[in-house]
Amino acid sequence: MSLTRRDFIKSNAIAAAAATAGVTLSATKTALAGTDKDGVRWDKAACRYCGTGCSVLIGTKDGKVVASQGDPDAPVNKGLNCIKGYFLPKILYGEDRLTKPLLRKKNGKFDKDGKFEEISWDEAFKIMAEKFVAARKNKGPKGIGMFGSGQWTLWEGYAASKLMKAGFRTNSLEPNARHCMASAVGAFMRGFGIDEPMGCYDDLEHADVFVLWGANMAEMHPILWSRLTDTRLTKPGCEVHVLSTFRHRSFELSDNSMIFHPQTDLAILNYIANYIIQTKAYNKDFIDKHVNFTKTPTDIGYGLRDNDPREKKAKNRAKGKLTKISFEEYAKSVAPYTVEHASELSGVPKDKLERLAKAYADPNKKVASYWTMGFNQHTRGVWVNGLCYNVHLLMGKISEPGNSPFSLTGQPSACGTAREVGTFTHRLPADLVVKKEAHCQFAEKVWQLPEGTIPRAKDPKLGKTLIHAVAMHRALKDGKMNCFWVMCNNNMQAAANFNDESYPGWRRAENFVVVSDPYPTVSAQAADLILPTAMWIEKEGAYGNAERRTQFWRQQTKAPGDSKSDVWQLMEFAKYIKVEDVWDEELLAKKPEYKGKTLYDILYANGVVNKFPFDGKITDDRGNEYDNDESAHFGFYVQKGLFEEYRLFNTVGNIPKKGHEMAEFEAYHKARGIRWPVINGKETLWRFREGYDPHVAKGSDVQFYGKKDGRANIITAPYEPAAETPDKEYPLWLCTGRVLEHWHSGSMTRRVPELYRAVPDAVVYMHKKDAKKFKLRNGRMAKISSRRGTITCKVETRGRNHPPEGLIYIPWFDAGRLVNKLTLDATDPLSKETDYKKCAVKITKA
Amino acid sequence: MAKPDKGNKGINRRQFLTTTLKTACSVGMMGIGLGFYTQRANALPPLAIRPPGALPEDNFLGACIRCGLCVRDCPFDILFLGQLGDDIPSGSPYFIARTGPCEMCEDIPCVVACPTNALDHSLTDIEKSRMGLAVLVDQENCIAFQGLRCEVCFNVCPIRGKAISLEMQPNVRSGKHALFIPIVHSDACTGCGLCEKACILEKAAIKVLPLDLAKGELGSHYRFGWEEKQKAGEALVTPDVEHQYNLPAGVRYDLQGEGLILDGKTDSQSPKSPFSTNPLDTLNRKQEGK
Amino acid sequence: MANMPQDAGTEAIQAKGWVNAHKWLILRRMSQLGILALFLMGPWFGFWIVKGNLASSLTLDFLPLTDPYILLQAMISGVTPETTAFVGAAIVLAFYALVGGRVYCSWVCPVNMITDAAAWLRRKLRIRGSSHASRSTRYWILALTLVLPLLMGGIVWELVNPVSILFRGIVFSMGLAWVLILAIFLFDLLVSRDGWCGHYCPVGAFYSLLSNHAMLRVSATNREACDDCMDCFNVCPEPQVIKPALKGAAKGIGPVIMENQCTNCGRCIDVCAVDVFQFNNRYSNLSKSGIQPAKDYSKHTV
Repeated sequence: MSLTRRDFIKSNAIAAAAATAGVTLSATKTALAGTDKDGVRWDKAACRYCGTGCSVLIGTKDGKVVASQGDPDAPVNKGLNCIKGYFLPKILYGEDRLTKPLLRKKNGKFDKDGKFEEISWDEAFKIMAEKFVAARKNKGPKGIGMFGSGQWTLWEGYAASKLMKAGFRTNSLEPNARHCMASAVGAFMRGFGIDEPMGCYDDLEHADVFVLWGANMAEMHPILWSRLTDTRLTKPGCEVHVLSTFRHRSFELSDNSMIFHPQTDLAILNYIANYIIQTKAYNKDFIDKHVNFTKTPTDIGYGLRDNDPREKKAKNRAKGKLTKISFEEYAKSVAPYTVEHASELSGVPKDKLERLAKAYADPNKKVASYWTMGFNQHTRGVWVNGLCYNVHLLMGKISEPGNSPFSLTGQPSACGTAREVGTFTHRLPADLVVKKEAHCQFAEKVWQLPEGTIPRAKDPKLGKTLIHAVAMHRALKDGKMNCFWVMCNNNMQAAANFNDESYPGWRRAENFVVVSDPYPTVSAQAADLILPTAMWIEKEGAYGNAERRTQFWRQQTKAPGDSKSDVWQLMEFAKYIKVEDVWDEELLAKKPEYKGKTLYDILYANGVVNKFPFDGKITDDRGNEYDNDESAHFGFYVQKGLFEEYRLFNTVGNIPKKGHEMAEFEAYHKARGIRWPVINGKETLWRFREGYDPHVAKGSDVQFYGKKDGRANIITAPYEPAAETPDKEYPLWLCTGRVLEHWHSGSMTRRVPELYRAVPDAVVYMHKKDAKKFKLRNGRMAKISSRRGTITCKVETRGRNHPPEGLIYIPWFDAGRLVNKLTLDATDPLSKETDYKKCAVKITKA
Repeated sequence: MAKPDKGNKGINRRQFLTTTLKTACSVGMMGIGLGFYTQRANALPPLAIRPPGALPEDNFLGACIRCGLCVRDCPFDILFLGQLGDDIPSGSPYFIARTGPCEMCEDIPCVVACPTNALDHSLTDIEKSRMGLAVLVDQENCIAFQGLRCEVCFNVCPIRGKAISLEMQPNVRSGKHALFIPIVHSDACTGCGLCEKACILEKAAIKVLPLDLAKGELGSHYRFGWEEKQKAGEALVTPDVEHQYNLPAGVRYDLQGEGLILDGKTDSQSPKSPFSTNPLDTLNRKQEGK
Repeated sequence: MANMPQDAGTEAIQAKGWVNAHKWLILRRMSQLGILALFLMGPWFGFWIVKGNLASSLTLDFLPLTDPYILLQAMISGVTPETTAFVGAAIVLAFYALVGGRVYCSWVCPVNMITDAAAWLRRKLRIRGSSHASRSTRYWILALTLVLPLLMGGIVWELVNPVSILFRGIVFSMGLAWVLILAIFLFDLLVSRDGWCGHYCPVGAFYSLLSNHAMLRVSATNREACDDCMDCFNVCPEPQVIKPALKGAAKGIGPVIMENQCTNCGRCIDVCAVDVFQFNNRYSNLSKSGIQPAKDYSKHTV
C-alpha cells in the first residue's frame, strides 16, 4: 500500500497519540527489506473483533502502530474489513488507557469502599494471593472463580485453565463464551460428540440456499455476509431465507422473509422435519447408516434460582439425558407440527413456511443454515440447535461443500480459546471433559500432576465442583464465592439482571473482585482491584475463528505504562501462590518434590512449557525483529511453550479423543491461518466426510467419529414457551443484541471517535404504531422498565431494525444505558447460556 | 439644527440645502456600500444548511427576521444564528451537518416557531423537507466503494432505504465478496445530514449540498425510456408481438428476460438429470416405487 | 453659574442623596438588564420565560412580540408573515404609541448602556470636540433601510444593525459583534457626542415616529425653580428637546416635553437638584389655563 502524504501525516498523528499515551520506545530492529518506502514495517494479525477471523496487516514505525490494512492475501477477507476493522489501530490509543494497577484503598490499606489508588504489581499480586488463598481454604474450590474470554489468546486460555484446574484445583473457570456459544457447544456434543462446525466458510460459495436462523449476519459477520451476498448475486437460482423475531439488515437480501414470534423457531424447525417426513423427502440411506434417533426430557425449567416458581413447576429440571427412539417414534413426535400449527404459533404465513421447508427438502439444493445468538441465547438453545441439525441430518445435507449447518461465533477466539483449550468449568483442553475420569487422568499425565489434582465433577472430597457463569454471579451474591477474577471481558455490562444479581454480588462486602482490562469499563468500575492489560497486538497471540482456523500474530508494539498481558498476569500471579496454599497434604504426598514450590514452578517452569529458549527477540523470515515482553520477562519462549504443551493433548500417549490435531507452532506464523484437524501438515475443510477428513475410515462415506458408533443424534424436542412472556403490565418483548459499528460492550469501539460519532448511543428500535400507542416520539427519550430495572433510551422508529408490533430491540454496547438492568437471568438449563433475547418490558415517555 | 425657531432665523436657505445634500450624499454612499456588503454577506457557504422548510435563499433572507425562535425550539440544539464575522448572513439560522445534523422531528418545532414564514408553515411532513441533498462526493475514498463493510450512511439514514439505498454488486477484485454501494435518491433525501455526520472518514465522503449545487439536469431532448414507460404504466408505443422461435427440445427462449434457457441446466452446479424440473416429483415417485 | 459637564448631577446628589439622584437611571438599568435576564433564563438555566430576541419573541409560550420595524423591512422585501408576527407587532406598536416610542431606546435597547457609558466617560474626560452631523441623518438612514429590502430583496439592515447584533450576541452568541459595539463606544466617546443614538440609529428614528401621540411625557412642571445649572442639558442624549419646555414659559409654551425624540429616560429628573422635572401625561399642559401646549417640532426638524 502506498501511503499518501495525508495518510502519512495522519499515521504520524496516531504515533504521536501513542507517545502521549505513555508507550515506551521499542528496541526492535526493522530489516530494510521488510519495510515499505515510508519505513513502515508490515506484519499480519487477526482482527480483534468477531468470530469471522479477518486478517489484517499492521504497519508499525519506531515501535508504534501507524496504520493497518486488510490483508489482501487472507482467504477469509481478501483485503476487506468491516467498519470496526477499519479502525483497528485506534482501539489501542483510547485516551483513558489504564497504565497502573489500581486498588480500592482507604488510609493506605485495601478497603472495599475505598477509592482507587495506584499500586505496584507486587502489591497487587500480594493482596490477590492473600484473598484467593483464603477464599480457597475457607470456601473450597467454589470459593474462588475466574471469568475469562473468547477474546483471550489461545495460550492465555490454556494458561488460565491450567492455573485454575491444576493449580488452584478448582473448576470455577468460565469464559464469556458461556453467554455466547454454550448452547452451540451443547448441541455439538449431544449431536456429534465433538465440538465445532463440520463445515467451513467455503460453504458460502457452494450453497444454493442460505437460511439465517436468528443471525443478523449483515451486521454481526459483515465480511461473511459480503461473501454470502456475492454468491446470491452471481449464482443462478441461489436464494436467501431469513428468519428473525424482527426485521433487520439481513432482510435486505432476503428472498423469503419470516418474522416469527419469539421462541417459536422450535415449532418451525419441527414443522420442517415433519414436512420432510410427510413428503418422504428424507435421505433414507443416510439416516440408516449415520443417524440415531433420540429424545430429550421435556419441561426442563429455565435455569433460574431454585426458589423461582417456574423452577418449582418444572418436571424435569435441567435434565438432558437422551433416550433412543425409533424413526417412527420420531416421526410421531414431529407430526403435530403441521404447517397450520407452525404458522399459528409463529405468525409466519403458511406459504413462506412451505417455501422454506421445500428448500430444505429439495435433494438438488445445497442448504447452508447459519445462526448466532438468536439460537444460542435461548432458554431452549441446545434444543433449537439440535432441531436444526435434525433437518440437515434427515436430508443428509451435512459435512459436504454447501450443505452445512453452521454455528457462527461472536468472538474472535470463542472456538480457539474458550472451547478448544478448555476454559469452561466442565472442560479440559482439546475437547476433553471433567466429567470423564479418563480425560482427567490424561490431562494430569500431560501436566505431570498427581492423579486427583483436577477436581472431579463430583469429587469424592470436594463435592460438586462445576459452576457455570450465571451460577458464579449468584454465588458471589450469596457470599458462597468470595474471589472473582475477570479477564478480557466486561461481564458487569454483559451479564443479565444487573440490579438483582451482578452488581450486588460484586459489591458484597466480603467479596474481592479483580478486573484485568485495558480500559475503565463498567466492570472495572465495580471491581476492587484493576489490573492494566496489554491488548491484542501488544503481545504475541493466536485466535481460532468459527471455521476452525487458527491464526497467529507477533507482538507489534509495546503496551503503555505498566500494562501487562493476561498471560503475563496469570503466570506471574502463579509465583505468589505456594503449592501448599492450595493443595491438601494427601495430594502433595503423591508428589513430594512439589513441596515448597510455587504454582509457577509446577505449572509453567515444568520442563515442557519452558522448554523453548528465548534469545531476546522474535525474528520473521524477512529479518524484522519483534519484542516478546512475556518471554523476555520469564526467560523462555512462553507462547510456544504453552502451545506445544497444549498440542501434546493430541500428539502423545494414549490420546482419549482424536480430531483436534494442530500444526506445529512455527507453521502458524508462516500461514494465513490453518484449519484443524491438521494431519501430516494437511488442514481439514469439511469434517466427518470421507476424502475431506482423514479421521473418517475408508469406505464409510460419512462417519461422525465423535460418537463411538460413528452416528450422529437426531434429538426430538418440542416447542416450549419462553421463561417470561409479555403480559398486561409488561406488554412488550425485549430483544437485545449488537450493531455493526460497535463491538460487544463498546469498551474499545466507543473509544474510536469516528465510530462513536457514527453511532453514539444505544437507541430503542420499535414499531411506529407501538410508539404511537405508548405516546412516544421518534428521537425523544423513553423509559423502559422490566421487573428488574429501568433505563432510558432514545426512541428510533425508522432505523435499521424494524421490530414488529409488540417487540422492541435495544443494543447492549452502550455503557451509558445498561440494557442488562432489564434482562432476565434465565438460561438454557442444559447449556446454562442466558437468554438475552426474550423478556417482558414496558415503555413510557421519559 | 434646522429648526424654524425664532432664534434660528439667521440660518439661510443655502446652508440648509448644503447640509441636506451632504447628509443625503453620505447616506446614499452608505447605501451603496451596504448593498455591496449585503451581496457578499448573503452568500451562504455550501456546508451551512438552512432549517427545514426554509424558503429559497433570496426569499429567506427577506423573510427571516433573525429572531432565533427556531433555534430555541429545536429540541436537539443543532441550529445556530450567524454571527458577525462568520461567513453566514448575520443572525440567520443554519446548521452544519457534519457536527449537528437535523434529527427530523415529526412535529417540526422550528417551522412552527417561525413567526414570518421564512420557514414555510405549509411544511407539515418532515420527510417532504428539502434542506439540501446528500451527495457521495468522494467515491475514491468511500470505503464502501472498495468493498469494506461500512454503510454507516445507509444505516443512519432516517428515510430508510428510500433516500439512500445499497446497490449490491459482486466484488470483482476479491472474487468472492460483494460491494454494497450507497446510492442517494433525490426524490426522498431531505438533506438532514445524518449521513454526513456519521461518515467515518477523516473528512466526510458524503456531504449535504444545496440542491442547486448538487443536482445535474438531463437535457430536455432526451428521456430515459424505462422511466417513461414506468411513469406511463405501459409501453409508449404498441407493445411487441409474441415471437416464435425454432428451438430444440428442452430449450426455451425468453425475449425480454434471460434469453436462451436450457432447462435443467440453469444451475451449473447441479448434475444433468433426466427427471422432471421439480425434484420433489422425482423424489416422491422414487419413494413410492420402492 | 452653569455647571461644567463633568460635574453634572453633583448638586443633585448633594441635595437629594445618591439614590434619588439616580432613581430613574437605576430603574432603566434594571429594565434593560431585566429584559436581557428574561431572555437568558432559558439558555443559561433551562428556565424558559421568553424565547427568541428583540426581533421576535414568545413569552411563556403565549405572548408574541415582534419588532414592527424589522417586520416592516421583511414585508417590504415581499414576505407575508404569520399572523402571530402581526399580532406581536401590533402589541408592540400599541405599547410604544402609549408610552413613547423612544422608551425602547432608553429602557430596552442594550446599546443604550454602551452609549450612556461613552457619554459619561466623555463628560468625565472632558472631551469637548464633536462632529457636527445632523440629528436628522437617522431619518435618511431609516428611509434607506426601508428602500434597500425592495432593491436587494432581503432585510439588509439586519446584517449590520448594532442593536439586534448586540442583543442577539448576548442572548445567542457574540462572534465578532463586540468589535462593532466597541466601535460605537469609541465613536461616541471620541468622535461625536451622542453620536450613534442621537444621530444615526434608524431603530431609534423609527420608534421616535411612534412618539407623536404618546401619553407618557416628561414635564418641566416646576420650571420656575430652574437655576440654569445646565446639568439637564449636559446629561440629556437629545438636549434639543428640553429647551422649549423648560424655557418656553415666556413664549406661552407649556412645560411638557412634546418632542418625539425625547427618550423618556428620566435622567433630567434625576440630575435636577431643584426637581424641575417629573413624569406626567401629555394633557398636563392643558391643566394650566392660558398656556399653549408645547408645539411638536418633530415635523419641522428636516
